[in-house]
Amino acid sequence: MKMTGAKIFIEALKKEGVEIMFGYPGGVVLPIFDALYDSGINFILTRHEQGAAHAADGYARATGKVGVCLATSGPGATNLVTGLATANMDSVPIVAFTGQVRTSLIGNDAFQEVDISGITRPISKHNYLVKDINKLATVIKNAFHIASTGRPGVVVVDIPVDIQIQEADFYYPESIEIRGYKPTYNAHIGQIKRACKLIAASKKPVLYVGGGVIISNASGELIEFVKKTEIPVTMTLMGLGAFPGTDKFSLGMLGMHGTAYANHAIHESDLIIAIGARFDDRVTGKIEEFAPHAKIIHIDIDPCAISKNVEVDIPIVGDAKCALRDLLKNVEKPDISGWHKQIEVWKKKYPLTYKDDSKLRPQYVVEEIYNVTKGNAIITTEVGQNQMWAAQFYKYDKPRQFISSGGLGTMGYGFPAAIGAQMGCPKKHVFDIAGDGSIQMNIQELTTAVANKVPVKVAILNNGCLGMVRQWQELFYKKRYSYTILEACPDFVKLAEAYGAVGMRITKKKDVRKAIKDALKIKRPVMMDFRVEPEENVFPMVPAGQAINKMIGVLA
Amino acid sequence: MKKTIAVLVENHFGVLTHVSGLFSARGFNIDSLTVGETEDPTISRMTIVADGDEKTLEQVKKQLNRLIDVVKVIDLTDEDFVDRELVLVKVKIDNKKRSEILHVADTFQAKIDDVKKENVVIEVTGDQNKIKSFIEMMRSFGIVEIVRTGRIAIGRK
Repeated sequence: MKMTGAKIFIEALKKEGVEIMFGYPGGVVLPIFDALYDSGINFILTRHEQGAAHAADGYARATGKVGVCLATSGPGATNLVTGLATANMDSVPIVAFTGQVRTSLIGNDAFQEVDISGITRPISKHNYLVKDINKLATVIKNAFHIASTGRPGVVVVDIPVDIQIQEADFYYPESIEIRGYKPTYNAHIGQIKRACKLIAASKKPVLYVGGGVIISNASGELIEFVKKTEIPVTMTLMGLGAFPGTDKFSLGMLGMHGTAYANHAIHESDLIIAIGARFDDRVTGKIEEFAPHAKIIHIDIDPCAISKNVEVDIPIVGDAKCALRDLLKNVEKPDISGWHKQIEVWKKKYPLTYKDDSKLRPQYVVEEIYNVTKGNAIITTEVGQNQMWAAQFYKYDKPRQFISSGGLGTMGYGFPAAIGAQMGCPKKHVFDIAGDGSIQMNIQELTTAVANKVPVKVAILNNGCLGMVRQWQELFYKKRYSYTILEACPDFVKLAEAYGAVGMRITKKKDVRKAIKDALKIKRPVMMDFRVEPEENVFPMVPAGQAINKMIGVLA
Repeated sequence: MKKTIAVLVENHFGVLTHVSGLFSARGFNIDSLTVGETEDPTISRMTIVADGDEKTLEQVKKQLNRLIDVVKVIDLTDEDFVDRELVLVKVKIDNKKRSEILHVADTFQAKIDDVKKENVVIEVTGDQNKIKSFIEMMRSFGIVEIVRTGRIAIGRK
């Protein structure tokens, strides 16, 4: 049966099981929007294309499905860019569709033309410019496959307007044949056995777990593995929730703002088992002094991640779930009772804490959100201090509960991501833990939340400044607060109300709990303006370029 | 160190930018890059000669493999291979030097493609050593212009 390109697009999305899509219309996507009109696909109109990309990302991270967004050519496409880079850095599966000027005009500097394939080359896993209507269906099939398999990522599909109008027979391929793309899922059994030998002989092993464990849905296997071996677990920012944060074998997060005991454990360790993590500089600190006594086993589905930053003793290319399953079959419990004792000493000596006095401190707000939601909420974050406190003081027991821009560190991510996460998980409470700086970067999405009755809660830890940069200026730039004090700030309560949401202001510690409870009762978006201590800092902290056991601000 | 890498890629547009972009993003220089169709018309073969430290080149090879349109990456540096390059050299000529130039060209089994009163175009094919020595010899006569195809290479095995 002959169909237009626009109709093929819709049918292909249906074949892929796409239920929801985020985006914004424009000139060269008119045929697609016309086909969308009565397609049955739930299209969410955001108020900025960046919001659409982040919402698709939040949806994907919360559900494990592929996030889909759609924008027009030119500025529509470039507005997606930050969102796509954010998702790709954190290996989030997204298929982004952009309209393009008609094929005969490509390269002519036509109205609203940009070379989005060229622009997105370094920030996507792959991209396509569709120049032949007969290839459209196959391209879409491949795009979803590439985005969601191996190390997931972003695929951009650029569709010129004339391709949307032309007609072709619709045939959706059943199988995929991409000869240059065959990700390795099963780990090499010889390597697994070598790893198991090292594990059995280790005295001070640590599991260093990243987002890859969450992506491959391997939390169950990880928990089993720890049950069997009793090896303590530390997680990266992206890995939070991969292993229960309340478990006695959890060391919490490691790295620049990790727990002191996690960082000491890594530094003293004789064996690091890295799974789905990439030895990011925020984790390793000074690379030459990272884990000086440890042998390293590194499991990752992406061969590029292995031995990129740190030389590895046993590289294992494969899916975290498959590798953990194989490890479980072969592993023996090491004798590490002395190690557990040492870790207990560190945990007692350097607990993760803050000054809990009568002042309204941001950490307290996060703790109270944790208490009131009983640890079951989905938390998204912006970037900076709010992000680190959300990582430190909310304990994540389940994967896909903590959603944050780890790699790119994108301010303005959390709020649209919360909207996407809430739409993917309507029964969950979703909180965006934000700062007064970053919330303003995508605040226009309040309209999207109100219009779609998305009951997300935004907890602004309002300290009147760009907190993390101010903290660095305080510590390393002689308190010269260059452009980090936000003297002009909107009234967030009135702003929320102007958008048709609910606004709350909380200035006293004693009012925090009730405010959170009240907010949860409201089935609409709520923006909570917590006026917190302006000079609170995130500690512990490993200063940039230091070894990770050289922390400052450890409260003993 | 210099590396010779052969990259088999899908024969369609956009692939070259993906490959070359990878090198530039890592901040190293491509000495030469050639592309041509293979025995399978849907596949092109690139021969890339690049300079960089071992670790970075190892990363680049992995990243090349990660590209969807890259079918295979062969590092020829470690194996026995035959390499060739074709060079066209335009050399200044006068009656005094003529026979000397022609004699050198003959020694290198080079071909005279064009002769004008003031210059001559010489074509030479060979591996990197031969090309290098030939160009050095010609320099003493006065080179006007050089055009090189870039190296192509094939494993002996």
